[in-house]
Amino acid sequence: MKGGALFPVRLRYTKRGKVRWISHRDVARAFERALRIEQLPLAFTEGFSPRPKVSFGLALPTGYESDAEYLDLELVSEVDLDTLPAAISDALPSGIDVIGASALDERAPALMDVVTSTEWVVTVVASDGSPLARGALTSTVDDALQMPVLDTTRHRKGREVVEDVRPVISRIDVHRDVEGNDTSCTMELRTQPRSAKPGDVLAAIASATAISGGLAEAGVLRTHQWIERDGARLEPHCADTRPRVLVARDLNKGTPDVRRDHDTGTLAGVAHAAGGTGPEQGN
Amino acid sequence: MSSLWPRIEPLLARVEKPARYIGMERGAQTPVHRPQNVSWLLVYPDTYEIGLPNQGLQILYEILNERVDAAAERAYAPWIDLEVELRARGLPLFSVDTHRAAADFDVIAFNLSAELVFTNVLNLVDLAGVPVRNEDRNATHPIVLAGGHCAFNPEPLAGYVDAFVIGEGEEVVGEITEVVGAWPRAGRVDREALLHELATIPGVYVPAMYDVDYDGAFIREVRPRYADVPERVDKRTVADLGEWPYPKNQLVPLVEVVHDRLNVEVFRGCTRGCRFCQAGMITRPVRERPEEQVRTMVREGLRRTGYDEVALTSLSTADFSGIDRVVADLVTDQEGTGGVSLSLPSLRVDAFTVGLASEIQKVRRTGLTFAPEAGTWRMRQVINKLITEDDLYAAVDAAYSQGWRRVKLYFLTGLPTEVDEDTIGIADLAKHVVDIGKQYSKQASCTVSVGGFVPKPHTPFQWFGQNGVQELRRKIGLLRDATKGTRAQVKWHDAQATYAEGIASRGDRRIGRVIERVWRAGGMFQEWSEHFDLARWLDAMAAEGLDPDWYVTRHRHHDEILPWDHITAGLHKDFLWNDWQASLQAHGLPDCRWTPCYDCGVCTDYALEHVVASPVAPAGGSQGTGQDLSAGGSAPVRFLGRVGTGS
Ligand code: SF4
Repeated sequence: MKGGALFPVRLRYTKRGKVRWISHRDVARAFERALRIEQLPLAFTEGFSPRPKVSFGLALPTGYESDAEYLDLELVSEVDLDTLPAAISDALPSGIDVIGASALDERAPALMDVVTSTEWVVTVVASDGSPLARGALTSTVDDALQMPVLDTTRHRKGREVVEDVRPVISRIDVHRDVEGNDTSCTMELRTQPRSAKPGDVLAAIASATAISGGLAEAGVLRTHQWIERDGARLEPHCADTRPRVLVARDLNKGTPDVRRDHDTGTLAGVAHAAGGTGPEQGN
Repeated sequence: MSSLWPRIEPLLARVEKPARYIGMERGAQTPVHRPQNVSWLLVYPDTYEIGLPNQGLQILYEILNERVDAAAERAYAPWIDLEVELRARGLPLFSVDTHRAAADFDVIAFNLSAELVFTNVLNLVDLAGVPVRNEDRNATHPIVLAGGHCAFNPEPLAGYVDAFVIGEGEEVVGEITEVVGAWPRAGRVDREALLHELATIPGVYVPAMYDVDYDGAFIREVRPRYADVPERVDKRTVADLGEWPYPKNQLVPLVEVVHDRLNVEVFRGCTRGCRFCQAGMITRPVRERPEEQVRTMVREGLRRTGYDEVALTSLSTADFSGIDRVVADLVTDQEGTGGVSLSLPSLRVDAFTVGLASEIQKVRRTGLTFAPEAGTWRMRQVINKLITEDDLYAAVDAAYSQGWRRVKLYFLTGLPTEVDEDTIGIADLAKHVVDIGKQYSKQASCTVSVGGFVPKPHTPFQWFGQNGVQELRRKIGLLRDATKGTRAQVKWHDAQATYAEGIASRGDRRIGRVIERVWRAGGMFQEWSEHFDLARWLDAMAAEGLDPDWYVTRHRHHDEILPWDHITAGLHKDFLWNDWQASLQAHGLPDCRWTPCYDCGVCTDYALEHVVASPVAPAGGSQGTGQDLSAGGSAPVRFLGRVGTGS
């Protein structure tokens, strides 16, 4: 491909419903097949086994949902970015929908390196899955955020490691509905230099505050990824891209479909919250 | 009949590989169940990763869902972690398509592709909430069905499965649907009457319709209980594969599975006549798919699935009449698309085959696999795998010289008449193969994979007494010693698992209770070495008062009634016996596609014919039969009409 002009594209996509149980690797393979089905003019790596030039952003843990996943891919000729999202979505499993495509600068840095924080909506229950008492989440989070250190124990390669997740937490806002129920929160977590999963943060809060009954995630939705640069905060589809972003599928319209095959009810609060903090419509 | 998904999903965070349980594959169906439809749950009794690619199951899934009177879903054995969670909550086995409870289906049909899955079948019936023993089921329970290669000896599961499909299922599943569909509507709640009616469908074996009398340990008689139930159940065979271009929508899993690629079946059956090979014997005659249909299925399959690999499958793909043209076309078709790779499993051992392989693997040449199966020419004549050393060395030379670095050789040990010289012969072949490789590359290597031979029903070796655990281990030891210090690396199969497979393979109805005991003692996933323990099997045999060696290592006599004699793949017992005797004399028998018919019984009795496009043996020759096959003559060959037979 040397010499020939490349057309890098950044895609934003969702992972909702049953498909949240597939791994990051499985998502990558599903995209590779979808790109072949749609016969896009992919650029390939050189060498013995050429692979399409696709690079994914931060991995989403298996079991979490997202409205803000990203990947960059390189094409050898220009395609219509208006129709691209729907075309690729048709070849992807239901729940993974491409909701935006933007032309990427040729020398854009890798997503993995530039994303500085991620934002999540987390529905919280007690460790045994029962609902928390009213006000419990608010006060626990308040207490925890006063603490200088929030240690959590993680298993890594068969060893137990204790890690402080306090530096990872940028903010946690507990949501409160009109009746005063507080069962979910928004978390913004830094990804540099280290990151932590919302579940790890909850575990750290529970152990630091010794809340009786513990805390557990009942549903986790990634709503944003942020790139902080020169004092501004950008979503990846606005950073390093040409000033044109398309949200091809209206999330708020698309979501109920996803909900229907996923009627556990556990994420109802999340869906509601996500409506309020939906994706940036770009400019 | 609502979906169990809301109750299953919360368990998924606690189990390994949760994506095994979500379905959603490209090609998956979400059938709507109507009361007047017969609902089928097609179950592969092993993990999703092993079961999903099963072509037989996928074909029936499509054929049934195309019918207006049927709906089909799939299920796989949940791994042990999820099963514990399910049982703790009283949740049953479920379908992956709509997460419907297994017991809500009219028919639960198992694919039996290996004997060691039998304990999983019992476990899954139990997990479905259906009584494990068929005698305990009533009109409210689904019909438990089984098919696949292991159904050719259904007796070990006779007390657990209601009905077996013998042979190919494409046509018979429709006939079963009609009988089952008429049942509840006619207000018949008598399960016995339904089973009786199923037993009259050709190719369907209902064990409860037969009484077995014993004479001591031996079978005296197997008798149908009704006049209209056949004394002998004949297999079903699809005459023309061209009429069945399935699967049309091969499932594309979201997680990695075995054989994770587009698979296109190019022919069924094999008449090379390898005497150890049950698959070859029970799927006769040869029926090739029209060349043009193969091309279309590959082209459309790749487009639809997005796969970048396609395998042309069969028992010996290099034997497909149009193979060189099909391969050449596919390679041309794919040029400049970023590389679709083509694989040909079950390669023949000759230079022609290597030529084909090099056509395909233009760039990455890592490993190539051949199956000479035995170490000496005498032994190969006994098993009728007629490959000379020259064939093998020529193939290997071609492979190394064209850039391959790793050659893998498959062998069996514990074969009839085998002596230590034959076992050591494996090491000699391997060493010579490494020497050939060294001429081309310093990194040349050779892997030798050795399996213990288990005699199978409906083969000439069905009378042979299998080698015991000690004997197999001794032979593997010999082989390891003989290859020490060489670049040939030996891998072998657990001799204890081979022994347990021997119990189940040629078992009779009494083995059923043994399987039940193994299952109740926790023996699930017996194909997985970490879950296998021979002690469970031996304990169960002892508890049932059965002698395992009587089943496994004993040679059967000519006059003995074998437990599967009332099931037939069309092969005359005389033909098999004569072939067994010929094998003991180390007499080979060339392929009946290109020589006169031996009247094994299949074509003549079933009015079938070989469907092949070429009247002569494929390019590359006789696979070293050392026999002139050109004088073939009167083989019952039907030519496929081909437009423009320029080649
Ligand atoms: S009947 Fe004859 S031609 Fe047909 S499979 Fe048997 S031996 Fe071969």
